[in-house]
Amino acid sequence: MKARKFGMGLGAAALMMSLSTGSALASDTIKVGVLHSLSGTMAISETTLKDTVLMLVEEQNKKGGLLGKKLEAVVVDPASNWPLFAEKARELIEKEKVDVVFGCWTSVSRKSVLPVFEELNSLLFYPVQYEGEESSKNVFYTGAAPNQQAIPAVDYLMNEVGVKRWVLAGTDYVYPRTTNKILEAYLKDKGVAADDIMINYTPFGHSDWQSIVSDIKKFGSAGKKTAVVSTINGDANVPFYKELGNQGISAEDIPVVAFSVGEEELSGLDTGPLVGHLAAWNYFMSVDADVNTDFIDSWKAFIKDDKRVTNDPMEAHYIGFNMWAAAVEKAGTTDVDAVSEAIIGVAVPNLTGGYATMMPNHHITKPVLIGEIQDDGQFETVWQTTGTVMGDAWSDFLPDSKDITADWTAPLSCGNYNVKTGKCSGQNY
Amino acid sequence: MILQTRRILQMVFCLLLVCAVQPAKVLANESLETIVSGIERANFRDKAQRVEQLAALDDERVLPLLKAFLGGDLYVRKSDKILFFLEGSKAEDPITNLFTGASATVENKRLYKKVSVNNAVRKKLRAVIAELQLRSPDYDIRAVAVREMMKASDPLNRPQLLAAMERETDSGIREDLEIAIALIDAQDATDSDRQIAAITRLSGVLYPEVRVVLAGLLEGTTAETIRRGTVEAAARDAMAEIDDLIALNKVVENVYFGISLGSVLLLAAVGLAITFGVMGVINMAHGEMIMLGAYTTFVIQQAFPELIDVSIFIAIPSAFLVSGLVGIAIERGVIRHLYGRPLETLLATFGISLVLQQAVRSIFSPLNQSVSTPSWMSGSLEINGVLSLTYSRLYIIIFSLLVLLALTLLLKKTLFGLQMRAVTQNRRMANSMGIRTGWVDALTFGLGSGIAGIAGVALSQLTNVGPNLGQSYIIDSFLVVVFGGVGNLMGTFLGAMSLGIFNKFLEPFAGAVLAKIAVLVFIILFIQKYPRGMFALKGRSAED
Repeated sequence: MKARKFGMGLGAAALMMSLSTGSALASDTIKVGVLHSLSGTMAISETTLKDTVLMLVEEQNKKGGLLGKKLEAVVVDPASNWPLFAEKARELIEKEKVDVVFGCWTSVSRKSVLPVFEELNSLLFYPVQYEGEESSKNVFYTGAAPNQQAIPAVDYLMNEVGVKRWVLAGTDYVYPRTTNKILEAYLKDKGVAADDIMINYTPFGHSDWQSIVSDIKKFGSAGKKTAVVSTINGDANVPFYKELGNQGISAEDIPVVAFSVGEEELSGLDTGPLVGHLAAWNYFMSVDADVNTDFIDSWKAFIKDDKRVTNDPMEAHYIGFNMWAAAVEKAGTTDVDAVSEAIIGVAVPNLTGGYATMMPNHHITKPVLIGEIQDDGQFETVWQTTGTVMGDAWSDFLPDSKDITADWTAPLSCGNYNVKTGKCSGQNY
Repeated sequence: MILQTRRILQMVFCLLLVCAVQPAKVLANESLETIVSGIERANFRDKAQRVEQLAALDDERVLPLLKAFLGGDLYVRKSDKILFFLEGSKAEDPITNLFTGASATVENKRLYKKVSVNNAVRKKLRAVIAELQLRSPDYDIRAVAVREMMKASDPLNRPQLLAAMERETDSGIREDLEIAIALIDAQDATDSDRQIAAITRLSGVLYPEVRVVLAGLLEGTTAETIRRGTVEAAARDAMAEIDDLIALNKVVENVYFGISLGSVLLLAAVGLAITFGVMGVINMAHGEMIMLGAYTTFVIQQAFPELIDVSIFIAIPSAFLVSGLVGIAIERGVIRHLYGRPLETLLATFGISLVLQQAVRSIFSPLNQSVSTPSWMSGSLEINGVLSLTYSRLYIIIFSLLVLLALTLLLKKTLFGLQMRAVTQNRRMANSMGIRTGWVDALTFGLGSGIAGIAGVALSQLTNVGPNLGQSYIIDSFLVVVFGGVGNLMGTFLGAMSLGIFNKFLEPFAGAVLAKIAVLVFIILFIQKYPRGMFALKGRSAED
């Protein structure tokens, strides 16, 4: 094991060296920036995405590159440090002169780099589900907006499972807070009484779930079918699910639907007690599609580990990268403005056997899948939307944003257009 | 005359019974083969129906089939659509043909497809299996079956439950059966006397299902009752009694949660109580010693996959050694040169903590590692329907007390303990007495680190094993040691327990985020008033 990792380390070092020698010939290559944390708290999730982009770049080069030029990946490490994200983004754009950046995870990091991308007019592809309420000229959101993940999941629980009482549990930061605000408004809109909604926030990395799980148990014994909608982030999920299992709450009694638990998180977990709990994503590794099987095979070959899994944000990068490549081909240049104009309407295959299209609001179309956790750490799709769902930047369920729309095509060209007043807000996002 | 009416009644009853049994009878003509054919393509609703049909069959293959289905071990061979059971979860495990019973090994798992189950099907399966197992001679299986029947609470099961009641000899299971029947009767509005009797029987019963049914009666979600008023009154009384009992249990539960959180804090902090409390070294790498202990558990489990149940016992001494040796290396290599310079020590150990984190990231991976819980540590000890003490927490409470006891004995009763106390109280005097203070320092630091490693073994059962494990405990550890009184093991113990219980009693009112803030504010205020913590050292050793 150790030897393999050392081998990989050497490989990475060799790669870095080839990159630095490559930069001498900068003019004949197209540079792709990768802005993912390789150390610190977020390394757990982001390292995989860095590898995904490297794989996609390698594959594109095997196909002959783009516009007759080779692609070259430039990797930086923002070290899970939000201000450092902005610095590293500036380094990528100003010093390395990259043509596009794939990166960030968490809205804080995105909000941190956003002014940099707008000031220097460069492109960012953001691959993770987020809370919406944003549309920047320079950012393309390939992860799910709330209406592509949270709302369909709640619909599924309400209509197919018959849930009447809701626990909205989340980690205390912007994504869960906004998502839960949207969900609360949506549930009340559907006639759910305020008494039937319990909202709970916990700090980052919370590890002692005893009282909260016990409260959920009590809340669920009121004679109505109860479900937990979880926006609990990252590490805190493991002790949460362990406590659920230990206190004997099975998915049949109180199902938990999670928006941040994917195959990768499950691979660090004993999934036995979790069987039947749900997750809502736009992609599962278990999806039976030829394009997915190919992707999994090439991923395992690239990472040289047969046990590694694929997940939703990886699919988002796959889609985002291919969209950007298609737009560059279409525009015939890597010029930022030309590419952003060309990319709208571009459709590329997703990994679930359909197509993803880039919309004028810089969000993409996605199918929504609900899966149940299996004992092998995979998801079994139990429900999915009939077609794809278009990402909505500004939620229709929040009073502040329901009149706002985003459209980056002429004549509107605005990410924050108020339909009622007919004004484009001064800010760019 | 009376005899005749009785006979007519009997006939009517028989007719009713036949009617009730009729659908099952018709299906019974079908064979297992026809029912399962094409099950892999059926939708979940259809699957649930087929499960019901299977249960009505008189075929000994049904129970193992349903169990395999529930466990997700039912596979279909893609080529000829024959069903197989998978035994065990690994690819090399044998697979058994459902129809012939012949075993074979799987050459290529891709040739087989799992027959999928969802929650609805699983629920159905559990209920049906429980029905089939009501007659099992095994006490445990029967007890679980009755609990499942209670959850299902299906009026069609009433005759079976009554029959089981006749047979049952064990008083505990009899009581559960009574409750299961009462649950069914309580929802049956056609016989309001029986309904009220059933509700009265349920009063004070703490199973969650009971409260669900009573709440349903009060909300009027169940069918209209004939004597609404009386039934509701009875339900309200029963509910009030249950709620009183729940409130009482909640207090007990909160105390348990508090002690359990306290024991985790104690484990995390007790090592620091040695390095920081006794030696006065501000060791920011203490959390990483915990992390190393947790990773040792992971490595042990990887090395001996067949020994998961005893892996903890191998892991405890190994983790002590690993973390202890790393601790000694840190002390000899770095801290030794920095005694009496707290700021530099703090910075140096903080640096070491980052180095160790990144080392683990490079050697293992940045991903969390999966540490399995031994079977004897999972699940919970059910005291009653609402109060259950989780085994993992229970063992950790006991374990933390044992560690504390062992450490106290070591400090007070052994030569090493005596030397250690001598060195920390008066280094120069101890030196003159012939104690090798350097070595005592190294060993003391190793001891503190080793105990942190042991804490890591315990924590690996509760939380993630990842590079960041230590960071989440370092602040709490310092809080406990400072709050309890630096240099005092008893203070650390009481500090951990009181912080744990304080936190858990605040949490239901204030929420987890506010509770944490409140505890911090409390400690800040407390330290203002008592800068030396709860148990300040007195006498000579208190002089700085």
